[in-house]
Amino acid sequence: MRIGKDLVAASATPVVLGILAEGESYGYAILQRISELSGGELEWSDGMLYPLLHRLERLGHVESHWGASPTGRPRKHYRLSSQGAATLAEQRRQWDVVGDVLAKVWPDGPGGGGSARLALGGA
Amino acid sequence: MTLEERRELDELVATWREWLERRDALSAHDIDELEGHLLDRVDSLRSAGLHDDEAFLVAVKRLGAVDELSREYARVHSERLWKQLVLDDDPNGGGRTAASGDLGAPGAPTSVLRRANGLAVALGLGVGAGLAVKVADLIGVDPTFFLRNAAILVLPFLAAWFAWRHRPPVGALAGIAGAFALAAVVLNAYPFGPGAGTAAFATEPSMTELLAAVHAAVALWLVTGIAYAAGDWRSGDARMDFVRFSGEWAVYYLLIALVGGGLSMLAVAVFGSIGVDVLPFVGEWVLPCGAAGAVLVAAWLVEAKQRVIENIAPVLTKVFTPLFALMLLALVVAAALQWNLVDANRDLLIAFDLVLVVALALLVYSYSARDPLVRAGWFEWIQFVMLAGALVVDLVVLVAMVGRIGEFGFSANKTASLGLNLILLANLARAAWLHLGFLRGRIPFLRLERWQTAYLPVYVAWAAVVVVAFPPLFAFA
Repeated sequence: MRIGKDLVAASATPVVLGILAEGESYGYAILQRISELSGGELEWSDGMLYPLLHRLERLGHVESHWGASPTGRPRKHYRLSSQGAATLAEQRRQWDVVGDVLAKVWPDGPGGGGSARLALGGA
Repeated sequence: MTLEERRELDELVATWREWLERRDALSAHDIDELEGHLLDRVDSLRSAGLHDDEAFLVAVKRLGAVDELSREYARVHSERLWKQLVLDDDPNGGGRTAASGDLGAPGAPTSVLRRANGLAVALGLGVGAGLAVKVADLIGVDPTFFLRNAAILVLPFLAAWFAWRHRPPVGALAGIAGAFALAAVVLNAYPFGPGAGTAAFATEPSMTELLAAVHAAVALWLVTGIAYAAGDWRSGDARMDFVRFSGEWAVYYLLIALVGGGLSMLAVAVFGSIGVDVLPFVGEWVLPCGAAGAVLVAAWLVEAKQRVIENIAPVLTKVFTPLFALMLLALVVAAALQWNLVDANRDLLIAFDLVLVVALALLVYSYSARDPLVRAGWFEWIQFVMLAGALVVDLVVLVAMVGRIGEFGFSANKTASLGLNLILLANLARAAWLHLGFLRGRIPFLRLERWQTAYLPVYVAWAAVVVVAFPPLFAFA
């Protein structure tokens, strides 16, 4: 299964902020974590993460500083700012609402409920 | 890994870096970051059993298409796009045309073909603007007609240039055309009275006429910006791009006017020395056509040669912001020492409004050239001093204005000054507050920029009020 482009784009910010809420991290590790958490199903081309991180930095949601990898390569680390934490909480509330609604219209769990799938198919 | 393999990989990475460095949207630091990522990915693929070159190819592929990636970077760092057109000139800038799918965005990379034709189109429109002015002159309209209609005659050609260049949607063009039509009707259908105290000279404009003309020019300029933003006038980035354009355009126009004026005087003197009087020709043809045409030529220059001024703009603001801050402080001290601004004459109060406009322009212009991620430094403190000084001056002038209005009642001139003053006060107060937050590291720079771009419609709205409502309110006096 491949997750649609719009859904990937919409979820990118909360996912990245959520991962940074676990602690300071850098691009490659964030992507590894996303792939690990989603079982490889939530993926976008690696490069796209960086413009997103820069956008979040510009908005003041994350802060960055240059460090080095264990092998001595320069590496840019990102960490959540207090404003980013507030944004994450807000986004989380919004996603909870969406999740609740979806859970109510699809009560039978994944793959179940023939009528719900039919309705979706007709949309 | 053998030394041989290591060298091979280094070479591949160096070639890849070089390829990315041609993208103006990516800074060296961005590429460092991407390179770190690439090498991390290569390491993990290699530990999964791939050879160096295979691992490299897979890692590069996983980074995604370079065009798409650089476009995404450009979207985040729009101030870098601003430099893009000139680097476009680089004949080695291969792969650039692939990015031309995004012509809609302002300042987006444009294909070589469109750029080459740009000058011809700009010159054609410039000639058109000159002719429009000249035709109006030849059919014998009175001089105040030009005062009222200068913007309406010339700016549609600028809008046409933007339309050709940035391809705004039809709806946006219709809106712009509507604004021009409305301004034309209002400015020419209103029965403006003769100028105060100079009734003998019918050519003297009345105060409401003068105010309407000036405010119409400001409003129409900003409305023309909708075409520049390719219809995307809600976007803060697009508005900031138009602010940049306006500043650079003013610099170019001034340069052209200076050189053009000097050349014309030289021509008059040289022809005069051989007994040919070219002064009437210069006055009747060169000056009006040149002044109108230069609007388009300056617009073309801004977009074609952005980097030249790009280096001057920060220098200009850096030089003048401290000087201006000092001047504002001196003004505050002077106002405190002799509290007689209420008695000051009317012209002086308008001069104060102008001072505030310049302070704000210096602020916005320096915002437009600033890297938003750089932390606040000494320059931002000076800007804050300037803002605080401007705020105090604004309040002093406000008190003086209210005093004058209380004493002599409302007039068109005083009300227009008061309105502008209040609008500037609101902007300056909020800007100073945000600036303080930025200095203390509490507010990201983006918010400061957004506040200024979000405020632009207020100017349009106020200018529209002065154009449309003031003349009837003040009996066309």
